[in-house]
Amino acid sequence: MFKAIGKQLYVLWSQVVTLALVFMHLFKKKDTVEYPDVMPYMFPRWRGRIILTRDPDGEERCVACNLCAVACPVDCIALQKTEDENGRWYPEFFRINFSRCIMCGFCEEACPTHAIQLTPDFEMAEYVRQDMVWEKQHMLIQGTGKYHDYNFYKIAGKAIGGKGKGEARNELPPVDRRSLLP
Amino acid sequence: MSVLFYASAFVSVLATLMAITRINVVHALLYFIVSLIALSVIFYTLGAHFAAALEVIVYAGAIMVMFLFVIMMLNLGKPTEEQERVWLKPGMWVGPSLLAAPLLVELVVMISGAKAQTQAGVINAKDVGIALFGPYVLAVELASLLLLAGLVGAYHLARK
Amino acid sequence: MFEFSVGSVLSIVFVLGVVLVSAAMLIWVERRFLGFFSERLGPNRVGPFGVLQSIADVGKLITKEDWIPPFADKYTFVIAPIVVPVVMLLSFAVIPFAPGVGVMDLNIGLLWIFAMAGLGAYSAMLGGIASNNKFALLGGLRAAGQMISYEVFMGISILGVVMLGNSFNMRELVEAQKDGWFVLPQFVGFIVFVIAGLAETKRWPFDLAEGESEIISGFNTEYSGMKFGLFFVGEYIGMFLLAMLIPVLFFGGWLAPFGWDIGPPLVSGLLWMTIKTTFWIVFFILVRAALVRPRYDQLMNYGWLVMLPLSLLNLLITGAVVLYQGS
Repeated sequence: MFKAIGKQLYVLWSQVVTLALVFMHLFKKKDTVEYPDVMPYMFPRWRGRIILTRDPDGEERCVACNLCAVACPVDCIALQKTEDENGRWYPEFFRINFSRCIMCGFCEEACPTHAIQLTPDFEMAEYVRQDMVWEKQHMLIQGTGKYHDYNFYKIAGKAIGGKGKGEARNELPPVDRRSLLP
Repeated sequence: MSVLFYASAFVSVLATLMAITRINVVHALLYFIVSLIALSVIFYTLGAHFAAALEVIVYAGAIMVMFLFVIMMLNLGKPTEEQERVWLKPGMWVGPSLLAAPLLVELVVMISGAKAQTQAGVINAKDVGIALFGPYVLAVELASLLLLAGLVGAYHLARK
Repeated sequence: MFEFSVGSVLSIVFVLGVVLVSAAMLIWVERRFLGFFSERLGPNRVGPFGVLQSIADVGKLITKEDWIPPFADKYTFVIAPIVVPVVMLLSFAVIPFAPGVGVMDLNIGLLWIFAMAGLGAYSAMLGGIASNNKFALLGGLRAAGQMISYEVFMGISILGVVMLGNSFNMRELVEAQKDGWFVLPQFVGFIVFVIAGLAETKRWPFDLAEGESEIISGFNTEYSGMKFGLFFVGEYIGMFLLAMLIPVLFFGGWLAPFGWDIGPPLVSGLLWMTIKTTFWIVFFILVRAALVRPRYDQLMNYGWLVMLPLSLLNLLITGAVVLYQGS
């Protein structure tokens, strides 16, 4: 009997303590960032709007390897490979449906040439759904994005017009396997 | 006051008729609630304010809610409506109605013959209380005994 | 006719205006305070400080599609949301706002409020059964059980006040508190009344009939547009009613504490009534922000095993004391 009464009093007291503690929050500093008036600080690694970057020479970095399209869990990336006269690969079209994109960043991780990158921009609302489908000219920027001196064709061993085998950076000339010289 | 009385009496009788003839149980119950509220207005016009309030609190507010509660639990569907429809066929109610008709006629004759009841003044809660625990104390005690028995019975059934 | 006296046109218009405007504003006030209690800002974009938020909400609700499910019982479905705002507004008829401000001076005022509260239970129940949806039905069942149970304790808990004030008339009850508020002699009754009142208006933490996490939204699962809005507004009017009822019954209504009267009785009464009502509204919002919802069996156990004996004991002791003092 008295134990039960004590328990009820304890229950009531604990509710009163809760009320008091929550009431004290009235006087604390508010956590809200008033977003359209005050831009919140966006971290550089934030996964937002997707861009296509260029290498330091101003050429497209994308080599149309399709790895991003394969990695994409929602299949929102579509592209078609083509070549220029130098044998350099580039996408004929590159299309991302942002109404499907979940900003997971898998495409960025899959990309071997740092071409596709995610930026801290998140303000992408549109009134027409079709406007959410972005083509290459919408995404391609004039800069290098997050990686400033990476140039895939200067590093890779692939021969293209104007660069033979063994002429890439940090690359030895090819071994002449018919020669006996060391 | 008499206009109020006749209006609410009309509503009450009509609502009760509708309550009897509805096929859907919930609709019937709604009409019955309207009828009870109309009755409470009649009580009020007669000066029995306390009884009027209790009519709404106890009947419309508690007992009818319990009815609705049970209806919600019973899962009455199409079969019940069919049954109800069969019961409302003229063959089912003509006989009893014919037998009840003379009683209604007698009632009307008696009421029209009686002298008009004069306004007894406002009966407040104190008068009701004195009446309950004065001349009618035995009835109150019996009713409380019955309710206690019901309470104990419900407790016993719920424990199983 | 156009002066402040009970039942005059000015008085009725004043009461109706205050109640409707306050109920609309409460939607904004509650969200703003909930924000503050959880260290947010709450709605502050529509108008200065967001005061026009309620208008935006109502605009949204009115322009939304008002859908009646094909499997619902159409007439009952339409009637159900109308019941609660009407009944709650009618309850305000007997609330004494200030000396001379009020709609009617009924000698069974307190019983009138209980009658209206009893009818208010139909809104949730009819909504639940008419929706023909299992979650709505569960919500309706919960609402019925909860409201029936807590009405009992609510009724018993205020009988002590009625004994002390020796009347069911709200104005006489207020006048009876001239020498001291009823909250001191009736502290147990006051606690029971506040808890039961919260359960009766289905406000947090007793919102089991809605129970968003378990039964979606309970009895108003199938409701949309302004039909849902009527349930919503009815709930806020109920909260406002309770916030006025507690001061009237336990905190001296329009009477100023310690004789701190300001100006003429009308102004002073309205001012103190506003202060007391505001206090209780903020308290209810605080309760919503702080306390968690009990399980249904806990709610029922608490009601029948704690509240009922407490209120009966309170009634017994008060009756004995009144009888002893009277003799």
